[in-house]
Amino acid sequence: MAIPLTYNLRSVSNRWVSSIVAVVGIAGAVGVFIAMMSLANGFRAALVTAGSDRNATVLRGGATAELESAIALEQARLVGDTAGVARNGEGQPMISPEIVVVTALPKKDTGTDANVQMRGVTEMAPKVHDRFRIVAGRYFKPGIAELVVGRNANHTVRGMEIGARPRFGGQDWEVVGIFESGGSAFDSEIWLDGNLLAEAFQRPIGLYQSITARLESPSSFQVFKDALTSNPALTLQTEPETVYYARQSEALSTMIQTLGSMVAVVMGIGAIFGALNTMYSAVSARSREIATLRALGFGQGSVVVSFVVESLLISLVGGLLGCLAALPVNGMAVSTLNFQTFSHMAFAFQVSGPILLFGIGFALLMGLFGGIFPALRAARLPIATALREL
Amino acid sequence: MVKVDGTNNKDALIRVRDLDKKYHRGSEVIDVLQGLNLDVSVGDFVAFMGPSGSGKTTLLNLLGGLDVPSDGTITVAGEQINRMSGRVLSAWRARHVGFVFQMYNLIPVLTAFQNVELPLLLTKLSKSDRRRHVETALSIVGLSDRMQHYPRQLSGGQEQRVAIARAIVADPTFLLCDEPTGDLDRKSADEIMDLLVRLIGEHRKTILMVTHDPRAAERAQSVLHLEKGALVEAHR
Repeated sequence: MAIPLTYNLRSVSNRWVSSIVAVVGIAGAVGVFIAMMSLANGFRAALVTAGSDRNATVLRGGATAELESAIALEQARLVGDTAGVARNGEGQPMISPEIVVVTALPKKDTGTDANVQMRGVTEMAPKVHDRFRIVAGRYFKPGIAELVVGRNANHTVRGMEIGARPRFGGQDWEVVGIFESGGSAFDSEIWLDGNLLAEAFQRPIGLYQSITARLESPSSFQVFKDALTSNPALTLQTEPETVYYARQSEALSTMIQTLGSMVAVVMGIGAIFGALNTMYSAVSARSREIATLRALGFGQGSVVVSFVVESLLISLVGGLLGCLAALPVNGMAVSTLNFQTFSHMAFAFQVSGPILLFGIGFALLMGLFGGIFPALRAARLPIATALREL
Repeated sequence: MVKVDGTNNKDALIRVRDLDKKYHRGSEVIDVLQGLNLDVSVGDFVAFMGPSGSGKTTLLNLLGGLDVPSDGTITVAGEQINRMSGRVLSAWRARHVGFVFQMYNLIPVLTAFQNVELPLLLTKLSKSDRRRHVETALSIVGLSDRMQHYPRQLSGGQEQRVAIARAIVADPTFLLCDEPTGDLDRKSADEIMDLLVRLIGEHRKTILMVTHDPRAAERAQSVLHLEKGALVEAHR
């Protein structure tokens, strides 16, 4: 049987000062790890939730993002007639041809300019993007210089309140509504009439950058894709909207994760040294106890397990504290530049169960590394000598 | 009956033959024990005496499987322990040896009950059986009312009695006591010696004890002196 856990629990509490050093180090590393992972998770979620599994994104063949794409009006009509596309009650194809313009607008908090994405759409857009809903005011009227502002853009961009008249593209516009789209990337955008947007920014009328097509059902995608790509009049590509947005989030979320992991690993190494120090001093202070246990018949394996378990207990406490410390960032809104769109995008830290579990796992890993070497030293103590140590 | 001349005692529980123990300090070789012989029978109470550095504790450590000899053999109840691996030796110690140390060596974060229970955790006894054994051992040493006390809440004499309870709780083949009264006042020392004598008389234990204290040694049945690395029987 193993050395009783009571021994480790009480030893840790008796030596709480040195245990706290390790606990704090581990908690710090876990807290940073969770915060960074939540940041990447929030960014990814903001983009991925922009997509619907009933929608397909259509771009020019070879384009990887809307900014690189161009689709002519005639092609848009053909997309609408493609098999698999849903139709509304009036028999119109549910497609949303969209143009995207990035413009610099002053931020509310600093007054400095930030790139904001404007999406030129039609009246069909809110029906195709099914999470879209107006939360204040109304939707813009086609052909009139009105716009609706995403909730995040409303919070972060100066002069985007209902009734405000921002000026860009050489003309004045009126904010008539605030919308939200389930915390997705659309919430950081400004939506307005596509033709007016094209005109204001001297884009050719009838040239879009993407088309979002509402499908009859999620399983209709393959039918739609096959029909679209086999039509010789179309040089377009398509993918499920969820996949498109997931891909758009990859670069930045990978970078956040990588940088976050690097910071966490560096902090983790520090925490491991803290744990090593705690456990080595525990072994040193308790060498006579260890020798006594060995003299009573507990084997080297029992001693190793006992000290590793003790280290894991310390790291578990550190991990739990790190999780608790990171929890308040959940839902905290931040904004950053999305590499794919070169526009400012607001999103929220998203702490999830799997991330917390990863954090605990990270803590236990630190505890294992911090405990194994002192445990081996404890097991190898010469019994006869250690028994006489004061 | 204790013998130190190397002639075979067929009833010997512990048989030591030609035992050598050398220590290396740099290039210097220190011969602590040289060609030591010893036969101890069941129920013997042997005291080892000798000046500091004569090798008393080294001999006790070798007999208890805490150290390995440089040469010679140690046989306990038919098992030659000097050839055992570390893992086997740990199991052997748990089964055959009860240790009593000068500084008691109780685990400070465990209660008297938990300290005494430690050797039983290495057996297959159930929790209720362990409890029964611990209560019996603590009652033998007269500490039934101190079971839930921590070592810091006990006097030196009481701590040593808990250590004795721990040494006997698993009913080992023999007890090794290293200066069991060395840290105690006279009264407590006498009580501990009374207890050890009672273990011999009432429970037929075999005890080997290292001591500097002549008064403790005279309570033993045999007193052996370590001289020049070998044992010599004392005249009483």
